Amino acid sequence: MENRTVKAFLNPLVNQNPITLQILGLCSALAVTKTAATALTMSLAVTVVLIFSNALISMIRHHMPRNVRLIIQITIIASLVIVVDQVLKAYAYGLSKQLSVFVGLIVTNCVIMGRAEAFAMNNNVRLAIMDGFGNGLGYSWILIFVGSVRELLGSGTLLGYEILPTSSNGGWYEPAALMLLPPSAFFIIGFVIWGLRTWKSEQIEPAEYQILTADKVERIR
Amino acid sequence: MTGYSSLFVQSAFVENLALSFFLGMCMFLAMSKRIETAIGLGLAVFAVQLVTVPLNNLIYTYLLKEGALSWAGLPDVDLSFLVLISFIGVIASMVQVLEMILERYFPTLYQALGIFLPLVTVNCAILGGSLFMVERNYSFGESVVFGMGSGFGWAVAIVLLAGIREKLKYSDIPDGLQGVGITFIIVGLMALGFMAFSGIQLG
Repeated sequence: MENRTVKAFLNPLVNQNPITLQILGLCSALAVTKTAATALTMSLAVTVVLIFSNALISMIRHHMPRNVRLIIQITIIASLVIVVDQVLKAYAYGLSKQLSVFVGLIVTNCVIMGRAEAFAMNNNVRLAIMDGFGNGLGYSWILIFVGSVRELLGSGTLLGYEILPTSSNGGWYEPAALMLLPPSAFFIIGFVIWGLRTWKSEQIEPAEYQILTADKVERIR
Repeated sequence: MTGYSSLFVQSAFVENLALSFFLGMCMFLAMSKRIETAIGLGLAVFAVQLVTVPLNNLIYTYLLKEGALSWAGLPDVDLSFLVLISFIGVIASMVQVLEMILERYFPTLYQALGIFLPLVTVNCAILGGSLFMVERNYSFGESVVFGMGSGFGWAVAIVLLAGIREKLKYSDIPDGLQGVGITFIIVGLMALGFMAFSGIQLG
């Protein structure tokens, strides 16, 4: 039992990472990672919603008729997101303006729906909470990593503090403006996936077609 | 009129929902392996977007906006915090209605779109489109054009990506990048390409 709880928490960190392996919840991962601060806020919001939605859905899983479960799930998630959105507007107005519509879009973030459907519907509350927490962290570390890289290379700061003095402020670092543009998030996540899969080679997807090299042709003959 | 056409170009190309706001990315990456499925999904998103954005605009202006209920004698009521839950409700039910209409009157189209329609409910591009409409204060006419343009742009983007990926499977890719990894990098390059549209204005 202990073992399953720990596994539900640890698995999503690397082995079943929601972003790099399950390819869930990308919209926000890409759009809010311009600075580390927005990435941090977003990951916090998603983790909180994920834990609570998993817990609530797991609690009522025996009372939900199967054919209306999607509507129920989406209503629960939407109500949680409204709470998070209002809290952000009240206590961190600037950040919530920067995140613009993406806080609202947590409703359709597939990580949350995906985990509710795949895990919370079939497991008890404690496991569901651990799974929500684990997936939240797995999602967060990628977001924060991408956000930090983009902010550090794009404007030489981290969470607003200057790390690399930029040339416009009399330092030596010439900021890479590409990092502030949206496409850079794709490249960084692409390379993160490359790195992760070189480390965990069982995650590599098989190629659809094999390239025929000379020695393979020889072997076939 | 030029205002509308420039809004269309802007929402379809310059501010493409998929490639510059990354909305609907999960589906964008998962469903773009073959051109036929990409066309089906693109059409479904276009149809739903075209219906839901104007509808949500009406709901927002006449029911939820601050002071919107003054026609019912309640000028001080501000229900705008209900935006999320009512929009997602509208989207989910519109998808259902659309599915039933298609099944009844256009069975061939229903066959083609069938499995994609329910998925569209949780596509962030749809909810995102409606939320952008609120954030940018579009009028009803503008919201029709915006819905059309953004749906069209999303469909074009996924068909283009599917076209690239169909050729890509014949190429020699490093093991770790196989599949999703290289797709990310390609979408990044496509997004760079779409940035060339920025600054285009009609009229």
